[in-house]
Amino acid sequence: MYQTIMSPVDLAHADKLTHALDVAGDLARHWGAKVVYVGVSAATPGALAHTPEEYRRKLEEFAAEQAKRLGVEAAAHPVITHDPSVDLDPALLKAVSETGADLVVMASHIPNVADRLWPSNGGTIAARAAVSVMVVRPR
Amino acid sequence: MADENTNQGIPAPEGAADVIDTEYEIGQDNIETQFGPFGLDIHNPVFLISGLSIIAFVFYALALPEQSSALFGWLRPWLTSTFDWFFLGAANIFVLFCLLLIVLPVGKVRLGGADATPDYSYIGWFAMLFAAGMGIGLMFYGVSEPMSHFATSLGGVSVGEDGMRTDWAPLGAAAGDQAASVRLGMAATIFHWGLHPWAIYAIVALALALFSYNKGLPLTIRSAFYPILGERVWGWWGHAIDVLAVFATLFGLATSLGFGATQANAGLNELFGVPVGSTTEVILITAITAVALISVVRGLDGGVKILSEINMGLAFLLLIFVLLVGPTLAILTGFADSLMAYVQYLPALSNPIGREDANFSQGWTAFYWAWWISWSPFVGMFIARVSRGRTVREFIICVLLIPSLVCVLWMSVFGGTAIQQFVQDGVTAVKDAPLELKLFKMLDELPLASITSFIGIILVVVFFVTSSDSGSLVIDTITAGGKVDAPVPQRVFWCIFEGAVAIVLLIGGGLASLQAMVISTGLPFTIVLLLMCWAIWKGLASERRA
Repeated sequence: MYQTIMSPVDLAHADKLTHALDVAGDLARHWGAKVVYVGVSAATPGALAHTPEEYRRKLEEFAAEQAKRLGVEAAAHPVITHDPSVDLDPALLKAVSETGADLVVMASHIPNVADRLWPSNGGTIAARAAVSVMVVRPR
Repeated sequence: MADENTNQGIPAPEGAADVIDTEYEIGQDNIETQFGPFGLDIHNPVFLISGLSIIAFVFYALALPEQSSALFGWLRPWLTSTFDWFFLGAANIFVLFCLLLIVLPVGKVRLGGADATPDYSYIGWFAMLFAAGMGIGLMFYGVSEPMSHFATSLGGVSVGEDGMRTDWAPLGAAAGDQAASVRLGMAATIFHWGLHPWAIYAIVALALALFSYNKGLPLTIRSAFYPILGERVWGWWGHAIDVLAVFATLFGLATSLGFGATQANAGLNELFGVPVGSTTEVILITAITAVALISVVRGLDGGVKILSEINMGLAFLLLIFVLLVGPTLAILTGFADSLMAYVQYLPALSNPIGREDANFSQGWTAFYWAWWISWSPFVGMFIARVSRGRTVREFIICVLLIPSLVCVLWMSVFGGTAIQQFVQDGVTAVKDAPLELKLFKMLDELPLASITSFIGIILVVVFFVTSSDSGSLVIDTITAGGKVDAPVPQRVFWCIFEGAVAIVLLIGGGLASLQAMVISTGLPFTIVLLLMCWAIWKGLASERRA
């Protein structure tokens, strides 16, 4: 049914994404789909990487680890933006078409009052993406 | 680290000094927490110390207004009159250093690595650096400063009983000689808005861009000190540098916002009869902050860049309008004349020692240099943020030479028109008007005054917005330990905080004294900038040339 599942990841908080990563892996195995891990970063040095090239390598390593752990075919798709705090949603929406994904599986926090001011990334992607989006809450 | 960066143009280290290999991880001192429903990612000491010390100084200015006014009111003129030679000498070094970087082979080094491509087009890049750097100043001083130097030059030299000069004319003045006064007045104005201020910004911006994009250090002021302080830069030395930068930026912006609101209010009163008073000024600050808030929430590309481009477009239209309907021929010949006068008087105007025009060299030049330098952490860091992918040569040409030329053009058109109105037509309206109204009085003498004046007001307000939003982004990045992906509510906090400080100081008093304090930070930052020149040189020497 689905051939490419896009799984947005924040490498700095990958430990909090395990549930969503597992769900994406299960679905990928079920349909024999490929998982593309999408990460968004800036060109300025950050906590994870000093250069876009280093970030790409780390995301690829992460994808390889997940492929091994979950037993799925995986790829990495880094997106470099000028202002990742704000550009995250448009960057992810662009990545949906760039990766050719037909399903997005992404983690999102349990909504609180702040979401009324700043909608969650998961909520925004679900509202705007042309493909199916599965928003996974933490357990 | 060296190996990892090979593709980014940094060569494999040859010896110990090449690539910065630090154990420090960006964000390692940060606290990630929740404040109510909002997520925070803040640098542990820098965020708190900056915020609390800013609040403490606001309280000091409010609780002891006379004492703070006396202290800072004395401190600022004392610094610029005692250390004028130091400010003038240092600024000359910055200009010469920048010019050297253009012609030397290190100019080929590319910021971001040999294979990096520019993040922004020339127009977007230039609009942003210009709007953050001095857009608002050009609106207020574009007419008034050429007029002022022209008038004092024409008035000639006057000497007091103590044998000291009491006039404010540059150099030896040009008593009674109108043509010479115009040339000297324009040269002095361009001197304050041309190569020197932009060299100051270029030094800070280049240091930050180099140590961040090419050396992998966080995008924060302390990173430029790594060659000097080594690993200590991540400790209290670095905290102090970053706190000082936040402090100068926030107070610089807040006090300018406060004064700007007063001036915009005067303009609105002149044009539309809007009442002058605290209520209007508070509404203006709130409106400017609200637009800046939308801009920072929309981000660098969706907010700051778009506003900067709109503003540059409007400013360009106004410039073309004044050029075409004003004394076009006189302005164009004046442009060439002013440029030549600038070159002719530059050695004398920039001479740091043995000056006879103390009022001018200390009260104008040294004051301006301290002012530009106190703004340099903010403007420099913002320029660095948007300059990845440019070569050093391209960077210096675009940050130093082109803005200087634009300033010459702007001053020639606006100041030149006002001077022509006085010299040719005997119109004294501009000469007699207070500072905040000079631009509008000049426009009054031209056709379609109500439209152009309205555009003028819009430009003033939007230039404040573009300073406020870029300043909030800079403060947010510094207080997040150099992280540019900190949660959005943090930048919202700084933007609102800046507006709130401006309102409190406007109502309670203390704008002048705290602005004097900010300018006083120019002295320590001058030493900082001199050290940065050395750090840039050391950093560039080990880079591969594109």
